[in-house]
Parts: sequence; structure tokens; C-alpha cells
Amino acid sequence: MCLAIPALVVKIEGDTAQVDFGQGVLRHVNISLVDTRVGGYVLIHAGYAIQTINDNEALETIKLWKEILSKEIE
Amino acid sequence: MTEKFRFREPELAKKIARKIANIAPADELIKFCHVCGTHEWSITHYGLRSLLPKNIEVIAGPGCPVCIVPASEIDEAVQIAQKGAVITSFGDVLRVPGSEKSLLEAKSEGADVRIVYGLSDAIQLAKNEPNKEFVFFAVGFETTAPTTAIEILKNPPANFSFLVSHRLIPPAMELLLGLGDLQIDGFIAPGHVSVIIGLKPYELFPRVYRMPTVIAGFEPNDVLMGIYMLLKQHKENEAKLENEYSRMVKWQGNLKALDVMNKAFNIVSSNWRGIGRLPNSALKLKDVFENYNANKKYDIKVEQGRDILLGCECHLVIIGKIKPNECPMFMKTCTPQNPVGACMVSSEGTCRVWAISSELSFL
Repeated sequence: MCLAIPALVVKIEGDTAQVDFGQGVLRHVNISLVDTRVGGYVLIHAGYAIQTINDNEALETIKLWKEILSKEIE
Repeated sequence: MTEKFRFREPELAKKIARKIANIAPADELIKFCHVCGTHEWSITHYGLRSLLPKNIEVIAGPGCPVCIVPASEIDEAVQIAQKGAVITSFGDVLRVPGSEKSLLEAKSEGADVRIVYGLSDAIQLAKNEPNKEFVFFAVGFETTAPTTAIEILKNPPANFSFLVSHRLIPPAMELLLGLGDLQIDGFIAPGHVSVIIGLKPYELFPRVYRMPTVIAGFEPNDVLMGIYMLLKQHKENEAKLENEYSRMVKWQGNLKALDVMNKAFNIVSSNWRGIGRLPNSALKLKDVFENYNANKKYDIKVEQGRDILLGCECHLVIIGKIKPNECPMFMKTCTPQNPVGACMVSSEGTCRVWAISSELSFL
């Protein structure tokens, strides 16, 4: 139930935003817990955005994985 | 394949699995515990256990918020519905057994019980039908609690109230460590609870209990990385708090969410289904919001309920003591079509996840 899904912010009206879950699935969600903008990605849980997402951080994770995996343990 | 899509890349998964196999001890049994229904879903759906050496076990703790709602609170919701108010909640909640009946059974007897995607939809229903009373049955861990808090602070309509059943994860993790015979070697902490609460509430696990703790995301490679990081700590005899899901989870959590939760709720001790009373483990509306407290509004308080039916071993599955297929009823008298215990009802319950995704060797 703590499932959360990323979505693209399409339109903002006050505390509400229209977001696109992909393939044209649009919904109105509450964005009062995050600072976002049109064109940004947010993590949606039960109709409320709980976090903003940025591409660079995802790439950082991959970089971190590579670093951890490349280190050999004595 | 671009970098972004590597979270599910099979080649990378194999590489992490090889690393895990390389550093895994030869014969010592290692047991890691997660406390999140979505983690159990990822692990089972993607068959991640099959990628691990035989002596590395991943067990599921109390991570399904619907499963741990005690029967007494389901009974309260049923009684409120029987008084004529419309009960709204998430779909899974409707089938969870109460002492006598579930909300779905109450609905079949004529009560008005409606499924919503989220709280905002329930409030919209109340606005659309001002001559009816609406109650939102607010179930969920820290991920969901802020959504309840936002709406309470925004003065919902007068025909709306809340039956708050939110629970907190860290006290449940602490309980598992107190069960001497469970012998956990590390925690995979839940990613989306941590988006809200940040890292600080987990600090006591490595510090006080010397328990390696890694916050992990939900893609298959996230979970495998989490297991690898725990195993690495184990091998180096360390106990640290690490964050594999740093792309979503920040050290301080979501400050806006924590702020609205602090304004709306007090932390209280409460019952968990199959577990019993846990100190400081639940949220309760602050007194200033009493008008929105459905328990007060309908004068209903059920102290005791029948949590576990005879023969059902949900209470042992919930704390990771047994696996679903060790319960004699699993996939015999208890199935997704005809669930007996709460763990088979919710889509995040361990029994339900195993029933729909596991290999069929148990049949």
C-alpha cells in the first residue's frame, strides 16, 4: 500500500496538478507536500505527490552502484 | 540501453547476484528482514530469492498496513457504517476480516461502503452529496499518514470525519529485534516510508542494536543492491545505516509532510493485529480536531476484537516467523479467492503475494 508511482506534471492549479502517469493516463493529484513545476516529475502515493524526482539523482544511483560493485572486498 | 533503465536490467542483476555469492559466507545462515509489502512483491514477483545463495534468507516483517489493522478497528468501521454513514477507504481494507464481518460483508447487507483511490476523492464525494455523512477509514504507514494530515488541516466539510488507523514502522522493527528467536542479521528499510521520515528514525538500529540497516528502493536491482550492501556490512563486521534509495530518500525526509503530521496527530500506543500492543506506534488526531474524529462523532469504541481465526497463522507470518507455505491452510482452505486471514486479503499481504507470484511447487 506504500506503492508510489512517478508521474509527469502537466498543469498546476494551486495545490492541485494534472499529472501524466505515462501512455496518456492523466489524473489530478495534490502537490502541497512538494515544490514542483510543470515538466517536472513527482512520486505519487494515493493521489498525493510525496517527493520530487530528478533525472540526475537516478543517474547518481547507477554511478554509486558501479562504484560499490567495482570495489573488491579483501 | 540508457543508464536510466538499468534499475531492471537483467545483466546488472546477474552481476550483483555474483557479487553477493562471492562475499556470502560458506555455511553460516544469514537472515535479512524487510518490513514492506512492496518489497515482498518485488522480491517474489522478480524471483529474487532464487538469485541468492541458499544460506542467505530474506524474510518479510510487518510491512502490510492493511494486514496489521486490528479486528477491533474494522469492527468500529462496520458499526459506523451500520449507523448509516458512508465508509470510504482503500480497496484492500474492505475485505479485511473483523471479529464478525468485513466491511465488504457489511456492504452486502446494505451498508454504504465505497472504495476510493485516495482521500481527496473521498472528500469530493462528501462535497457532492452534502446530505450524507462520510467517514474516511485512514489506514497506512508514514507514507500515507501525511495525506490524511493535509486534509484535516484544510478544514474538510462538516459531513466528513476520520477513523484514523495509521501506524508507524520503526516501533514494529524494534519489536522484531526483541523477539530473541527471530535472529535477524540486517534490515532492509522501506523506501517510501523513508521518503517521508528520512533516515534519523532508523539510527537506533545500528547504534543501539548493532543491526546493519539499508534503505532500499523497489526495482529488482535496488533490492539486490540493498541485500549486497547488508551482506558487505555483515562480512566486515560493521553495523551502519546506509541509503541505497538516495534518489528518493533524503536524510531529513519530507519536511512539509513531517510538519503536517506533527500538527494533526499525537503519537500513541496501539494494537497491531496478531502482534499486540506496541508502544508509541500509532497516530491519533489531536484534540483540536475532535469534530473530525469519527470515534467521537458516532460514539463508537471497540476495545477488543477477534484478530486471528482458529487455524490461521497470520500472526506468525506477519512477524516473519514462518513462511506462508508453512501455514497448514495456505492455498488449501485459504486462497486469494477465499481468504481466511488478513495476510491473504491484501495485495501486499505476504500470503497473497506468495499465492499469486511464487513458483507453484507447493501445490
